[in-house]
Amino acid sequence: MAELAFFIDPSRCIGCRACVQACEECDTHRGRSMIHLEVIDRGDSVQTTPQVCMHCQDPICARVCPADAIKQTPDGVTQSSLKPRCIGCSNCVLACPFGVPRYEVAIDQMMKCDYCYDRTSVGKRPMCATVCPSQALAFTTREEIERTRRGRIIDRWVFGDEVVETKVMVVVPEDALEVRVDLVQLGKPVERAAPHQTYDVAALLEES
Amino acid sequence: MARLPAPVEELVARFGPHAQRVPAGGWSTRGEPDRVVKTHCCFCGQQCGIQLKVKDEKVVGFEPWEDFPFNRGKLCPKGVKRYLQDASPDRLLAPLERVEGQGFREIGWEAALDRTASEIRRIQAAHGPDAFAILTGASLTNEKAYLMGKFARVAVRTANIDYNGRLCMVSAGAASKKVFGVDRSANPWSDIPRAEAILVAGANIAECAPITTDYLWRARESGARIIVLDPRLTPIARTVDLFIPVRPGGDIGVFNAMLHVMIERGWIDRRFLAEHTTGWEAVEEAVRRYTPEVGARIAGVPASLIVKAAEIWGPARTSFLLHARGIEHHSKGVENCLAALNLVLATGRIGREGCGYAMITGQGNGQGAREQGGKCDQLPGSRDLENPEHRKVIAGVWGVPEESIPHKGLSAVPLIEAIHDGRIKGLLLICFNPLVSLPDQRFVREALERLEHFAVIDFFLSETARHADVVFPGSLMEEDEGTTTSVEGRVIHHRQAVKPPGDARQDWRILCDLAARLGVGGKFPYRSTREIFEELRAASRGGISDYSGITWEKIDAQQGVFWPCPSEDHPGTPRLYEGGRFGHPDGRAHLQSVEWRPAAEETDEEYPIVLTTGRVVAHYLSGTQTRRIGGLVDQTPQPFCEIHPRLAEKLGIRAGDFVRVESRRGALVVPAMITTTIRPDTVFVPYHWPLERAANRCTIRAIDPVSHIPEFKICAVRVARAERPTGPMAELAPEAGGVR
Repeated sequence: MAELAFFIDPSRCIGCRACVQACEECDTHRGRSMIHLEVIDRGDSVQTTPQVCMHCQDPICARVCPADAIKQTPDGVTQSSLKPRCIGCSNCVLACPFGVPRYEVAIDQMMKCDYCYDRTSVGKRPMCATVCPSQALAFTTREEIERTRRGRIIDRWVFGDEVVETKVMVVVPEDALEVRVDLVQLGKPVERAAPHQTYDVAALLEES
Repeated sequence: MARLPAPVEELVARFGPHAQRVPAGGWSTRGEPDRVVKTHCCFCGQQCGIQLKVKDEKVVGFEPWEDFPFNRGKLCPKGVKRYLQDASPDRLLAPLERVEGQGFREIGWEAALDRTASEIRRIQAAHGPDAFAILTGASLTNEKAYLMGKFARVAVRTANIDYNGRLCMVSAGAASKKVFGVDRSANPWSDIPRAEAILVAGANIAECAPITTDYLWRARESGARIIVLDPRLTPIARTVDLFIPVRPGGDIGVFNAMLHVMIERGWIDRRFLAEHTTGWEAVEEAVRRYTPEVGARIAGVPASLIVKAAEIWGPARTSFLLHARGIEHHSKGVENCLAALNLVLATGRIGREGCGYAMITGQGNGQGAREQGGKCDQLPGSRDLENPEHRKVIAGVWGVPEESIPHKGLSAVPLIEAIHDGRIKGLLLICFNPLVSLPDQRFVREALERLEHFAVIDFFLSETARHADVVFPGSLMEEDEGTTTSVEGRVIHHRQAVKPPGDARQDWRILCDLAARLGVGGKFPYRSTREIFEELRAASRGGISDYSGITWEKIDAQQGVFWPCPSEDHPGTPRLYEGGRFGHPDGRAHLQSVEWRPAAEETDEEYPIVLTTGRVVAHYLSGTQTRRIGGLVDQTPQPFCEIHPRLAEKLGIRAGDFVRVESRRGALVVPAMITTTIRPDTVFVPYHWPLERAANRCTIRAIDPVSHIPEFKICAVRVARAERPTGPMAELAPEAGGVR
């Protein structure tokens, strides 16, 4: 059987938060979600996107950890910090290009999405991708995604000068080979993207 | 005597709603469950399969049920968190009796049942049998819905029984019955991904039927083009091929003008119309004047969008129509559906793979509950209460004289009006929270305050139950066994996970106990809900919704059985109308011509803005259950008012402000949500909250003349910036009606 893999298809996301609510239910983190739902700009759009850990091939969070508390499993899953080692410095929180790890004050430890390791390591699908009503989060084979979805699968990200390759894949429009995120230079004014006109109902009503 | 027995704050402190965030026994003790029960979510008509984890006789968690074909493990946040109901501190554990000035005190079952039974008798002796009424709900199982109808007609013998499906499915049901002779979605959901063109009319699928999102995307990825009609750019509308931001109430402008264009371009299946339908000539004649420009003026959208819609829908080889409350919650709700169905029939695209339509039922058993006789005008098997043949069949099943079965009674809104004007003096209510869900809340409250006896069966003390004289603690879905009928017409099996806690009793046992006190215990001899199902099967035999060939074993073996299923060797009927055979005696579909007309209350200078109401994904109906589940409360703690930045600017409203939304009937103050995703002439407030946060303080008590559905989607309001609310109601927790 082909290997199951994790895919994010942000265009499908409906912002329902079933993924976040289901993540809370895991017995290992008891009411705390390890993933986030990003609301892009509710004033301008209903667009949302789920953010699970992308499980970088060479995880930046682990590289910057001064206590060597973040470990990667042989099958490429980057785990939450090891409790005895984590010093709560939040280097990982600041360094992660995807904004995934969270420092939990109550337990003085970084926790993050671990690919539902307790489920995926025994052949179950991760909780978030199992419940996701739109299948914006999908845990299936690459062949299945290629067969049933339009768009291209990518696992390569460019943040300024840094190239990151991830275990979790993203479905993007056909013409994209990688995702480029240009860095904002500190101290310079941030150029905001113009609101997407088609999301303004008033503009749709004026169309001739 | 049904005024509040104590201040709201005191009742809330004792009975909630309190948001429960931790499973029964706490997170740390959850561990391995004692058993895992395959059942279904109780929130909404999709009825997703789910597995409930039980430990120490409490539901402590869930596990996706990936083998159930409808949802394959998928769940919305309500499904994920539904298990937490079982840990709620608000759960009613003993019968309650109202004590003036103090609230409620616990009483024994015998005393509670005796009191309500004797009040039923007293009121009926003094004022006639119909002076005692029953309001029931569409979140009950088929067995309980059936029992409610029988209880009203055989035990209480009142004509006045109706249900909260009156707020949900009746416009769609009435239209389907008129056109097809059957009140059921025509197709299983598996037909959606096979359609080339999909029209979603007035359905916020992402929030109200989330699982359907994946079906739409599967269609889309295979090349389908999707059209969405909605005054709000909903999450599903964001990515579709054509979004038409229709003015609330303008849908007929779009439907009739689409048909006009399709006739002009020759996208009509005239052979199908001639062979399988009646009424086309009148429809064709009626839409002649609905040019795209005329339709556009009615719909408040550019004519080009209507032409584009016709160009997507008209020439497609396969197509699917999905409609929901957005076109149904109108004083012309039935007409809106009829106009939409004309688009299906004119193309002949129904009754085959990838071709048809579905009405998206909102309530847990929205489909099944209306078939079993809980409506004021129906008998089991979707039979007509005024049809002598139908009456005779059911009288035979019940073992009562045909003439003893009361005739048609009042539907929900007129029933409340009859309480208000004193014709109805007593009420038994189950599975219904009118003090959140009915329009014109002040009027509803006044009505309830005039009741001489008010009895409620519920598992929590809902806002309405606070007004009761006697409260019977009933059962959650997971505490009983039975069937529901999903949005697809698929009859499914809810398995019991745990027993009712404390002295709470299964709802059906409470009804049987009352029936015994009313002297007809012999007609209610059931020892289990399976026995009720067996009687329901027999009662439905030969009816439109024929369940006679359905057994619980067959449901389990087939993962649900689609009705009609007229014999035990019949596999059920996932797709209706194959071969162009419709449900009317002539075998034809009956097209209905429709002319647009205005809403009951259009905007004017005094009230210049349209208020439209609806749901959010985290809450279910009146919130009696979901406002007690922590994760859902935290997701959407309180209502808000969506308002376009242009309108906000004109009114001097900024992000972070509270706004006062006021109609001729009432007002509410909620936070503003300024967003470009709504029409600038319309504001939206979700309706799940009570008291000063109830959207239904503003809505109008106007109903469709045929379906009697209230016009929740249109009333005229004015909107102004407001100070943050203060006072005891505002200080309540948001789940109880306060503000955060």
